[in-house]
Amino acid sequence: MSRAALLVLADGRFPAGGHAHSGGAEAAVKAGRITGAEGLESFCRGRLHTTGLVSAALAAAAVLGVDPRQLNEAADARTPSPALRAAARKLGRQLMRAARATWPSAELDAVATEFPKGAHQPVVLGLAARAAGLEPLDAAYCAAYESVSGPASATVRLLSLDPFDATGALARLAPELDRVADQAVEAARRAVDEGPDSLPAASAPLLEIAAEAHAAWPVRLFAS
Amino acid sequence: MHLDHHHDGPAAVSADAHRPDGSHRALRIGLGGPVGSGKTATVAALCRALRDELSLAVVTNDIYTREDAEFLLREAVLPPERITAVETGACPHTAIRDDISANLEAVEDLEDEVGPLDLILVESGGDNLTATFSKGLVDAQIFVIDVAGGDDIPRKGGPGVTTADLLIVNKTDLAPYVGSDLARMAADAKVQRAELPVVFQSLRGEAGVAAVADWVRERLAAWTA
Repeated sequence: MSRAALLVLADGRFPAGGHAHSGGAEAAVKAGRITGAEGLESFCRGRLHTTGLVSAALAAAAVLGVDPRQLNEAADARTPSPALRAAARKLGRQLMRAARATWPSAELDAVATEFPKGAHQPVVLGLAARAAGLEPLDAAYCAAYESVSGPASATVRLLSLDPFDATGALARLAPELDRVADQAVEAARRAVDEGPDSLPAASAPLLEIAAEAHAAWPVRLFAS
Repeated sequence: MHLDHHHDGPAAVSADAHRPDGSHRALRIGLGGPVGSGKTATVAALCRALRDELSLAVVTNDIYTREDAEFLLREAVLPPERITAVETGACPHTAIRDDISANLEAVEDLEDEVGPLDLILVESGGDNLTATFSKGLVDAQIFVIDVAGGDDIPRKGGPGVTTADLLIVNKTDLAPYVGSDLARMAADAKVQRAELPVVFQSLRGEAGVAAVADWVRERLAAWTA
């Protein structure tokens, strides 16, 4: 394996569709819950310990070879909002295309055929990491980081926030990101023996509710 | 059938000329250019000119609304199932150049759902003079500018003006009112583009979109040859 493959996969410019999504930041900005760097950091912290942890555990479990179909169902069960389920599958489909072009593998081809409209993004992320020869912890880091980097770059655009402040907020979250990635891998290893039901199911109800409202806005910058 | 392509195989990953079932895919033409230069009006006119002879569909990339798609629907230039809107997250050029995955999905879904198609027009959200389409998304691109945007745009160049397969200078009927010198625009475009074609167009004039429609027919003939 090459650890450097993680840099390719985690690069914000990896062409997998993430740029069109704000991870709930657009709705939070509109509602006045994010008004500056401090609010962004709190928002990202909440997202990291809920959506971020769940995504990281799903991704790590996929690297460990837990059945993608079961993981996809587990992701559905952990995503109450239909709008967020649709967004996750759409992003999963986009990531699958990029991953197959970047790290061709029979396993990715098989999952792409089984889910022509896309499996949940964190599951595909884990399969992409696996195809790239990466470890469960690598995939967990990538998923956890994406859960906060997306809202940060979206907020820079939405609020004309100073980009240095947004990056500083991400850097301050780094120690927590380490802990979330470790927790995710621990849970994923349990899921190998006990099944996907043992994966974390931390939920952020406001993200789910706001995503439903956001999906109905006639004018918006981001798809989710 | 192409050996690499099986009917039950997974979808193609990029600009492969064949679909998973081995058939030849539709020609994809991108239309880009600054805000308000007449991209959507040109797409609408092309649909009207070509829809009786070709099976076609349109993908729009609006920046923050679905207005371009809704304009095409309201004008009824094509049945609604042949028009798809892609959301671009505040960066229209990213969705047509740096990360084309959402647009590739849109064109492939159109071929699956309303195909077989001869032609798919991919319209960019209004952007700047550096916006160009990835070769992984389209087979040819049209850059649309207009005389009211300033007659110095061809001189300024930029990737859109310089490298597009066809440059449209739109709204020529407005030239006398905004003081734009069409001869100068043509001379500057010639310097920037050498042998690449330029069409001066007024959709309100009698010829309308005819010259551009002919160019599209030529590209299609070359694609299917």
